[in-house]
Amino acid sequence: MLAYIIRRLAYSVVVLFLSTVLVFVLVAESGDPLAILRSNPHVSHATIAVREKLLHLNLPLWDRYWYWFSHAIRGDFGQTIAYQPVGQQLWQHFGVTLRMVILATLIATVAGIGMGVFAALRNGRVGDRASMTLNFLFLSIPTFVIGLLLKEFVAIPLNQHVNRIVFYTSGEQSPTLTGGFFSRLPDYAAHTALPVITLVLITYSAWAIYQRSATLDAIDSDFVRLARAKGISPGRVLTRHVVRNALIPVTTVIALDFAGVLGGAIVTEQVFNWQGMGTWFIQGVSTLDINIVLAYLLITAVFVIGFNLLADILYAVLDPRIRYD
Amino acid sequence: MTSSDPFAPVLDIQDLHVDFPTGEGAVHAVRGVDLQVAPGEVVGIVGESGSGKSVTALSAMGLLPRQARTRGGVRVKGQEVLGVGERALMGVRGRTISMIFQDPMTSLNPVYSVGWQIAEALRAHQKLTKAEAFERAVQLLTLVGIPRPRERAADYPHAFSGGMRQRVVIAIAMANDPEIILADEPTTALDVTVQAQILEALKKALEETRAALLLITHDLGVVAGLADRVVVMYAGRAVETGSVDDIFYRPGMPYTVGLIGSLPRLDSDGTERLRPIPGSPPSLVGDLQGCPFAPRCPMRVPEICDLEEPALRPVASQEAGPHLAACHFADKVASGAAGPIFAATSADLSEPALAEGAP
Amino acid sequence: MTEPFVPPSRTDEGSRAALTEGDLDVTGLSGGTQSAPHEHPRAGVEVPALDQHGLDSQDGKVKGQTRLVARRFFHQPMAVGGLILFALLGIASSVIGHVWKYSYSQITNQFAAGPSGAHPFGVDDIGHDLMAQVARGVEKDIQTALLVALIAMVIGTTIGAIAGYYRNFADNLLMRFVDLVLSVPILAVLIVLGHLVSRQAGNWFWVAVIIGVLAWTYVARLVRADFLSLRERDFIEAARALGSTNRRIILRHMLPNAIGPIIVNGTLTVATSIILESTLSYLGLGIQPPEVSLGTLVASGQSSATTQWWLFVFPAGFLVLLILCIFLVGDGLREALDPKKTRVRA
Repeated sequence: MLAYIIRRLAYSVVVLFLSTVLVFVLVAESGDPLAILRSNPHVSHATIAVREKLLHLNLPLWDRYWYWFSHAIRGDFGQTIAYQPVGQQLWQHFGVTLRMVILATLIATVAGIGMGVFAALRNGRVGDRASMTLNFLFLSIPTFVIGLLLKEFVAIPLNQHVNRIVFYTSGEQSPTLTGGFFSRLPDYAAHTALPVITLVLITYSAWAIYQRSATLDAIDSDFVRLARAKGISPGRVLTRHVVRNALIPVTTVIALDFAGVLGGAIVTEQVFNWQGMGTWFIQGVSTLDINIVLAYLLITAVFVIGFNLLADILYAVLDPRIRYD
Repeated sequence: MTSSDPFAPVLDIQDLHVDFPTGEGAVHAVRGVDLQVAPGEVVGIVGESGSGKSVTALSAMGLLPRQARTRGGVRVKGQEVLGVGERALMGVRGRTISMIFQDPMTSLNPVYSVGWQIAEALRAHQKLTKAEAFERAVQLLTLVGIPRPRERAADYPHAFSGGMRQRVVIAIAMANDPEIILADEPTTALDVTVQAQILEALKKALEETRAALLLITHDLGVVAGLADRVVVMYAGRAVETGSVDDIFYRPGMPYTVGLIGSLPRLDSDGTERLRPIPGSPPSLVGDLQGCPFAPRCPMRVPEICDLEEPALRPVASQEAGPHLAACHFADKVASGAAGPIFAATSADLSEPALAEGAP
Repeated sequence: MTEPFVPPSRTDEGSRAALTEGDLDVTGLSGGTQSAPHEHPRAGVEVPALDQHGLDSQDGKVKGQTRLVARRFFHQPMAVGGLILFALLGIASSVIGHVWKYSYSQITNQFAAGPSGAHPFGVDDIGHDLMAQVARGVEKDIQTALLVALIAMVIGTTIGAIAGYYRNFADNLLMRFVDLVLSVPILAVLIVLGHLVSRQAGNWFWVAVIIGVLAWTYVARLVRADFLSLRERDFIEAARALGSTNRRIILRHMLPNAIGPIIVNGTLTVATSIILESTLSYLGLGIQPPEVSLGTLVASGQSSATTQWWLFVFPAGFLVLLILCIFLVGDGLREALDPKKTRVRA
């Protein structure tokens, strides 16, 4: 087991390193951050040269990469084109996004597994058909459409109807917010509800479909038939044999989808005007602010790869066949 | 438990019908089977795939798929199991009746150790602590012939070979001293070399528990070595039942003759060719008319066989116990007056030799 | 939902197959869509299979299989409904583009008006006829998605087949690369690339290219899983024993047998790429004005969604409808190709 974890960990580090190379090349080649400056006839060559030097644009690609990478792993992500430290902005935006993403992943996991098992147990009956129809519907609605629907056709009319703000539709918290954590909590909740619901709805449906299928497979399996033949209670057959085994494949699916949740968060932040990582990233892309883009991609890669590592370990805990490999 | 008569059958199947609804109409998998198994008796069911033998066994366990439609009665030690809920079957399954399945590779749950899985069966019906159940599991593993049972009990199924896994399944089946064990082709999925060992383990389990055995197989050799009585099934019905001797030496149904003829025999001089049965079993969708074996039967008399399905009737030449066969000409077949029924075909002939017999 | 969705198939072969290191992926789940009529007989209830005619030889198999799959597909009302609706959307959008009195870029003499006889879907703030725009958007979305699917299928199938067939080095290389691509949200990479191509002329083509270039990894993974299991099958063994070349085995024996799952994946790739493209366009980094897509229409309609509902409801509604239709068709195909449906199991 330990050997397995160490092997997976080593592999994750290699993937992360290669990922940074790929990302760096992609971003570095995707545009010139000084293009606007260069097109301005009033900016002298000397100024541009100074700027180039500051951003290390005068160095060969590999040296630039190494400079960036060796600093980034020590937590120094360089400066933005407006000479602000990237690291500080990163952690600030990161906290905002994390709040939404972690909450949404947890809820979507419970909802996906729960609905999947429920549908499988009602296989072919009304409950199954209804939940599967709903799942396919949510699967087909792009993130921004769900977000806008919730915002424009649920929250705003509701707020108007009860004549006070139940759900905030813009921003991650009220700008004037003060006080201790617990006194701020209701404000956080009212801001976070809609974005989290949006992310949950676009995420859980695929998981529910997988979970249903895995559960049906388990119900149909020979080992569940043998478990029933032993004369143990139906509840025990369900929890110890059906659900226990059906969780194995779904673990991997959920872990792999974590990147998708982060992608969904970019869109959700746009819809609800959150100053999270996604918004920050899009601003970075449109202003060709290389260090912001790189910092975003690095931190998401760390999280996605870390999440996959976690899933690998969980997988080994759930499935003894992996453990003893 | 419920029945006081010590000679009352442990398994009593009365006129069992099982249908599976499909898009093209209902499949009549079992069409009226009567079967009694006495305490300690070993009964073999033989037949081709699709003859309804597995479905019959699953009915006795209450393990039919949800979409199955059943009629008739199945009593295990006097308790009805057909149409009874999962919860009501808890006390019967594993305790009075247990089952060994065909494919040991998939029968065990991959995520629990074999000791855990045996202990689970024990604790379902006996008041045992976890430690006691584990001890008993180790004993059971010893009984079924697993080497180093104490260490192996902690291993997971994937660390066992097919034969070893089937021993574990046998250990689970015998865990609570059941009255009857159903074995659904317990050796089919295994290597020939392992099959004999598994049958040995099965015999050991029977000695230990003194349970009756319903052995389902398409291997007549296995039946000959183990069974007291044989039921031959074809197209969802029993077409012949009798003692092993009657079935093997005085078969009263051409299908049984065909089954025996397609077996290589050690007591012949070795020059005889195998005699395969031409054609394939009928579709069980919709209603059958006449004898279901008629299209493949060399003795078919269209005016009789195509019109009326023969009932299971006593055969005149019975020597050891009751001998019944479902053939209009059972007595003629059993007396041997019909001569060799199936033509020996050469091995490279893929089509049936009997042109008029084929549908 | 920015990652391509691959519906699981009902198979225990895949999910419980031996997983090797680095193989911890959903291929186990989705790899089992093989249209195998010759599964190992499992311990189950033996009910005579109803549709085994013509399936007994591998050679005659593909044709009989196609007929069987088609019949099972057309027995599913949801899938057939999806197919019909999709066809109607496709035809209607291109017909409207040609015969409707307004073009999508034309500015009419009305503006900010709700649905009426002259403008069934209403008019936007500038004066564009929304029906013409939505039709153009549907057309462009389908066009883009089909191109994405084509690119992803060709690259993905080729590389997946090679990796699955040759295994070892080729396989390792592929799987490591896939891990790499999956380490960053696909949408984030698309945003970087989308910004890059946003100033290209006729940029819908480039949008399709960048999505296709990322989406092939998903296809490759599934094809690889299919090929890995196919190559262990007896008839491939037989072909190899008869001295067929690798090329011939891949093209003549394995590909026809893997075509079912490939088609299912292709269908789902179309749906996923519509989602990706519309999201990218919504963010302003996909299809660029004056060209329209449903994503750009939703983006421009969102600010007035409650006051001028038609600006949001029509583009968003057709977008969801389009994606839903394709998912239903894909799911129907997958269901129709599921070998387990022939057997009643205990």
